[in-house]
Amino acid sequence: MSAPVTPITVRNLTLAYGGFVVLRDLTFTVQRGDIFVIMGGSGCGKSTLLRHLIGLQAPAAGEVRYGDTNLWDASPETRGRLMRRFGVLYQGGALWSSMTLAENVALPMQLHTALGPAEIAERVALKLALVGLSGFGDFLPSEISGGMRKRAGLARAMALDPDILFFDEPSAGLDPVSAKRMDDLIRALRDSLGATVVLVTHELASLLALGTNSVFLDPESRTMIAGGRPRDLLEGSRDPRIQAFLRRGESAASGAVA
Amino acid sequence: MSERLPDRADVQVGRAADDTLFVQLAGDWRDGAARPPAGEVLDRIRAARPFRRLVFDASALTGWDSGLLTLLARIVRGSEREGVQVDLEGLPAGVRTLMALATAVPPKEDARTPEPREGFFARVGSDALAFVTSAFELAAFVGETAVAAARGLAGRARFRSGDLALFLQETGPRAVPIVALINFLVGVILAFVGIAQLRLFGAQVYVADLVGVAMVREMAAIMTGILMAGRTGAAFAAQLGTMQVNEEIDALRTLGVDPVEFLVLPRLLATSLMMPLLCLFGDVMGVLGGWLVAVPVYGQGSTLYFNRTIEAVGLAHLFVGLFMSLVFGALVALAGCLRGLQCGRSASAVGEAATAAVVTGIVSIIVATALITVMCDAIGI
Repeated sequence: MSAPVTPITVRNLTLAYGGFVVLRDLTFTVQRGDIFVIMGGSGCGKSTLLRHLIGLQAPAAGEVRYGDTNLWDASPETRGRLMRRFGVLYQGGALWSSMTLAENVALPMQLHTALGPAEIAERVALKLALVGLSGFGDFLPSEISGGMRKRAGLARAMALDPDILFFDEPSAGLDPVSAKRMDDLIRALRDSLGATVVLVTHELASLLALGTNSVFLDPESRTMIAGGRPRDLLEGSRDPRIQAFLRRGESAASGAVA
Repeated sequence: MSERLPDRADVQVGRAADDTLFVQLAGDWRDGAARPPAGEVLDRIRAARPFRRLVFDASALTGWDSGLLTLLARIVRGSEREGVQVDLEGLPAGVRTLMALATAVPPKEDARTPEPREGFFARVGSDALAFVTSAFELAAFVGETAVAAARGLAGRARFRSGDLALFLQETGPRAVPIVALINFLVGVILAFVGIAQLRLFGAQVYVADLVGVAMVREMAAIMTGILMAGRTGAAFAAQLGTMQVNEEIDALRTLGVDPVEFLVLPRLLATSLMMPLLCLFGDVMGVLGGWLVAVPVYGQGSTLYFNRTIEAVGLAHLFVGLFMSLVFGALVALAGCLRGLQCGRSASAVGEAATAAVVTGIVSIIVATALITVMCDAIGI
């Protein structure tokens, strides 16, 4: 019926702010069901790459394809329809601060579906329960903790049952227990919804545990220097930059990582 | 127990062997203790040149902090420049560790390329280009808003009616006290100044005409417009700017919501509806202000004053004033929302956005006044 959204094929993508090139010549594919990690040191352009993938910023060169559709060549309507098939969790949640959690999760449903208020309320309660925020529907974002805001943002990202979920630094600012819970939630969502997950992160524990595919961005050369399963990179890569990143700078002999 | 007074910090400089200088540090080198100034220490070291090695002795040092570290760093840097070998062994272990840490990562050479100072003509050029870009952005924004407004008229715009109700309340009833006060005062001022001049011709009875026409045709709309620019324009810019900083507007976009439809349209609608009403209210308050000066103060007849006002202020003046206020309301909302959406991603950017919103709002009000006046002149109203 509607065109498939995966795989996401990126070819020769170049990202720039005005004249300043952030990243160049990126080519990779996100397969259906992947938990795809975008990783690299600070300042390598991970979040910028994410913005280009989700339709917030047009690339300087190259293409981003969802299935057969080129995201940036398509008409605004097609792009809009495509963008509705993904859910984005922004760093910090990006909840609309003047609306309650329930209103936040309900808004996408009110705007893009023909559901009545009662049905929407039921689904909102379901989404909030899935992330462990049952009963918090009437709270404002400013009244809950940072971790709870992230979870509420996740509930909103899932509002329209998306095919692809994008996470921008989901574990940032979370304590180790909450970070592990977030990881488990991500895996459970992927398994149960059949969604594809794209994860921007530099939390080693999470990306090694969850990642099935990846792209490693290097700020010095401003391009990608590796891809594939993070665990495989950890064990097999010879590149000192990748080893330093994945082992937190400790020597290869120390072994036990997450 | 008596407090130990800090030992007086002292430094001795002397030659150990022919080409080795030793620097002996003694006493308490912490902030708050009396210390020899760094410049003096460096001068004494320099005066002892030439020497090939520099050795420290800190056995009598009782306390130190960052002040000593910075002094030592200067000595080490100076020695490196002169090719003198520095031996840090005599310093406390903590000092040595910190100094090693500070020099471990070499300063990034191109961390920030210093912007070359532009010459005058270069700045004029880049300002002109920036002006052109901002003119394009303004045109694009006006276009997007027009499209959203058209959708609104067709009943297909998507925004929350609760938002519209909130903005109507914020821009309308909440603004009444200050609108009343300002317009009242303007009426008072106009009357005072007017009567003083009209008396010279024995024409002070026409102060009612003066105040009435001035307020109704121009002043109420302009004063209320400027008030709204400061009050509401800045608020809109701050609201949208903060949303921009929190990525809330990005979140709207990725969920397929047009920020202009969702955020700008209700605000535009609210100010456009409320401004003419506030202006009308301002007209009345201005006339009352004039009354206060003409009747109790200067002893004119109350009935006379109001009769003259009604005679002088025709429907034409009223409609011109209300039309201007409608236009000003729209301009203020557009300026506020535009600057808010253009906001950068930091707290200071929100402040700049609010300031820019007020300035843009006021400037566009003045330009609009000029244009409308010319238009009315041409039509003959």
